[in-house]
Amino acid sequence: MGMQTIGRPTSPVAAIGGEVQTVSGSKGLMQREDLIFEIGAVDKTGVDLPEPKGKASRLGGVTRKVDTGLPGLSEPEAVRHYMRLSQKNYAIDLGLFPLGSCTMKHNPRLNEKTARMAGFADIHPMQPQRTVQGALELIDELATWLKTLTGMPAVAMSPKAGAHGELCGMLAIRQALIARGEGDTRKRVLVPASAHGTNPATAIQCGFVVDEIAADARGRVDMADLKSKLETTDDIAGIMLTNPNTCGLFETDIKEIADLIHAAGGYFYCDGANFNAIQGRVRPGDLGVDAMHINLHKTFSTPHGGGGPGSGPTVLSEALAPYAPVPYVVKDQDGFHLVESVEGEASEAFGRMVAFHGQMGMFVRALTYMLSHGADGLKQVAEDAVLNANYVQARLKDVMTPAFDGYCMHEALFSDAFTADGIETIDIAKALIDEGYHPMTMYFPLVVHGAMLIEPTETESKQELDRFCDALAAIAARAAEGDEAMKGAPYLAPKKRLDETRAARKPILKWTPPAPEAIAAE
Amino acid sequence: MRYLPLTPEDRAAMLNTIGAASVDDFYEDVPQSARLDGQIRDLPDHQGELAVERHLARLAAKNTTASDGPFFVGAGAYKHHVPASVDMIIQRSEFLTTYTPYQPEIAQGTLQTLFEFQTQVAAMTAMDVANASMYDGSTACAEAAVMACRVTRRKKVVLSGGLHPHYAAATRLLCEAQGIEVVELAPAIAGELELANHVDDATACVIGQSPNVFGTVTDLSPVADAAHAQKALLVSVFTEAVSLGLVTPPGEMGADIAVGEGQSIGNPLTFGGPYVGLFACTQKLVRQMPGRLCGETVDADGERGFVLTLSTREQHIRRDKATSNICTNSGLCALAFTSHMTLLGGKGFKQLAELNHEAACDLADALEAVPGVEILTPRFFNEFAFQTPVDAEAVLAMLDERGVLGGVRVSRMLPEAGMGNVILAAATECTTQDDIAAYAAALKEII
Repeated sequence: MGMQTIGRPTSPVAAIGGEVQTVSGSKGLMQREDLIFEIGAVDKTGVDLPEPKGKASRLGGVTRKVDTGLPGLSEPEAVRHYMRLSQKNYAIDLGLFPLGSCTMKHNPRLNEKTARMAGFADIHPMQPQRTVQGALELIDELATWLKTLTGMPAVAMSPKAGAHGELCGMLAIRQALIARGEGDTRKRVLVPASAHGTNPATAIQCGFVVDEIAADARGRVDMADLKSKLETTDDIAGIMLTNPNTCGLFETDIKEIADLIHAAGGYFYCDGANFNAIQGRVRPGDLGVDAMHINLHKTFSTPHGGGGPGSGPTVLSEALAPYAPVPYVVKDQDGFHLVESVEGEASEAFGRMVAFHGQMGMFVRALTYMLSHGADGLKQVAEDAVLNANYVQARLKDVMTPAFDGYCMHEALFSDAFTADGIETIDIAKALIDEGYHPMTMYFPLVVHGAMLIEPTETESKQELDRFCDALAAIAARAAEGDEAMKGAPYLAPKKRLDETRAARKPILKWTPPAPEAIAAE
Repeated sequence: MRYLPLTPEDRAAMLNTIGAASVDDFYEDVPQSARLDGQIRDLPDHQGELAVERHLARLAAKNTTASDGPFFVGAGAYKHHVPASVDMIIQRSEFLTTYTPYQPEIAQGTLQTLFEFQTQVAAMTAMDVANASMYDGSTACAEAAVMACRVTRRKKVVLSGGLHPHYAAATRLLCEAQGIEVVELAPAIAGELELANHVDDATACVIGQSPNVFGTVTDLSPVADAAHAQKALLVSVFTEAVSLGLVTPPGEMGADIAVGEGQSIGNPLTFGGPYVGLFACTQKLVRQMPGRLCGETVDADGERGFVLTLSTREQHIRRDKATSNICTNSGLCALAFTSHMTLLGGKGFKQLAELNHEAACDLADALEAVPGVEILTPRFFNEFAFQTPVDAEAVLAMLDERGVLGGVRVSRMLPEAGMGNVILAAATECTTQDDIAAYAAALKEII
């Protein structure tokens, strides 16, 4: 037998195309992956543990009767399970993620490295304070950055997320009113119609009532409406205002608003979700703000993680600082220590919000980011974020309908006025998925019909923005022509459009074993 | 600037497209008096990776880690081993750098893991349904209290004297802001059943904990019966999720809501956060639950898929009528939890719990043999309270000098409880026989 000398073909040949049906359920790199309950087994494990010695128990008979019955997987199976699932996700590391109001910027890997240093990741919140001086120093250093950037005198570090920071600020306002003897009478909180849903929800959680104020034709607070709401002032607790607001605009009358609220005896809560647009250029402390949460997971690049964990330190004015929650870090001649109880120097504190000291893992990441950028870089961050948003607005303003005239801040807002009848914002969003992008925020803020809110952030290159704008402009043109095919988008995603109505009507919230007859029938 | 892609030429070209002279034009809406000139002072300029890493490493080096020596600190956060693959999985970019799965067609990875997480938590707690996580155990506890008030239309909650004091504080804070009366029973090492005597027809819920903050495990069934007789709910709390492998879980005791801290599974200590709150309840109560829920559905081709569901409970739809203001959950920590549970499996989970219990029993045996030490916790899982003749703060400081982090003094959390000589000590699968011997030897020298 001679050697075969021809070898394998190295040039593709034309073949009949069309949709390929596979036996495995996978589609090339997009692998089918069932639930762990369908692929695992209860006695299978990916962790080797020593055998228990079977000693006498000290549980006093308070023992579990029915085992969990949960399946396990060996390590190779588990790793594949999660890798295959990961490939069904879009992520900022894959491309532009223009989710307005969410600030999906690049998450530097150095942050992940520092957060995993044993000196931060492997320390316990209740260790003797002598043994965690570096951790307390880090919290103090981050607090200094936050206070300096915002021009505010104090910051509560323990809130676990943005909405939790809102709760912190509003509880501080509540406590200040109680201290003034007006806790029972000042219950009304003004909230613009454009606000994040968390704002009114938070006010209610704190026992306040919400009084909604209208937006004007420029997308800002309607000053006439605001003044009419302030005709009676003795029940005013405060205002919750986002700035830059959820329309991506700076509230031009913000100082007058602050003055009006203060004159009415109330406090000014600023939702700091959009601080990325103004850091280094404007300090909220110069605007009359009394409390503002900062989303470390937006402005300061800690990863969103598929929905948390976030972190929401809340800066406070002189008027609210005494009511800041415990615990907090103070420095004296012996070093740093924690004030943990509502007594002594913290006797006016409104209480404790969480078990421990806040989101330390996020603090490490945020400080790493701040030190990397420095004061000069953070200002450049804001300017590039705003430049990128205005560039997107400029590139799309002739094919889509800008919600308001003029420049925007860090996000560009469009209405659905340009679409043909029958084509909705959601169709544009889903068509973007086929172009390889995560959709923009849709149907928010509520004050704009079919709103599309695009926040590119500063970590996008001009090339990436151009590619995105080209894709979105083409989709907008199809929407204007009433291309019915858009109703079926996405076509190229891991899943077709999902039936959310069905999910809510009869909720299936966990896996249950198939009924025995169903197994028999297979 | 390594994280900023725009070049000066890009910026000029983009300004030209926009028709603006400079970025200053975009800030014209800012009141003149609030515009900053130049750069914020008193903060350093940008630095390279090497310099930043050195800065952080210098701070990290000032801390003593839980792996540096014998370590017995617990009280709501526990030192456990995290498999290497868990940390690899959560660092996968598609999980790490994505958002809440609002667009399910391109978020099935996150959604399926949340569905698996919910199923695991429901099974571990023996409850009907679980949500996609809360911030942590303490905030989950507070949310459970206000949920119970919504469900029962009552405005009083009763907290056991064994509820973690920080959980009690977080719960009191949220309740009082909403005009809910909070009755706190006096701190008691083994007093969970006392709750049964404090429930009346105005009570929305009683909140008991097992293992409680002193480590005591209790079958709360009599409390559930007493609560249900008054149409009140039992909220059952745990701070050590590994205990669920061995100890009677909330669902087997008749709990209506189960809440707890999930840090022990898959998540490092990280000085208290981020952690992952677990929240489960009976099927009947699901529409009053706070937080994200993931549910099964089908796509346009009829294929199984997952979406966030029942969002009409939530703030972004219901605004001031929402069940909670919670927005994010603790997604990545939930992923760490679920992937660690997947690696363990039911058998491994039970085994892990057994190892924890045995380590604590060994520790108790060793400490009990030290003259002057009295174990106060009658039944425990992996943590217990003990008393010495000496002030606990002094004992812990002297242990620290001998390289042993011996636990948490009760007076740090309960300064008024008159337990100045009481220490909480925890042991886990990470605790070695040498660690235990070192603790006992050091304690013998001190007292």
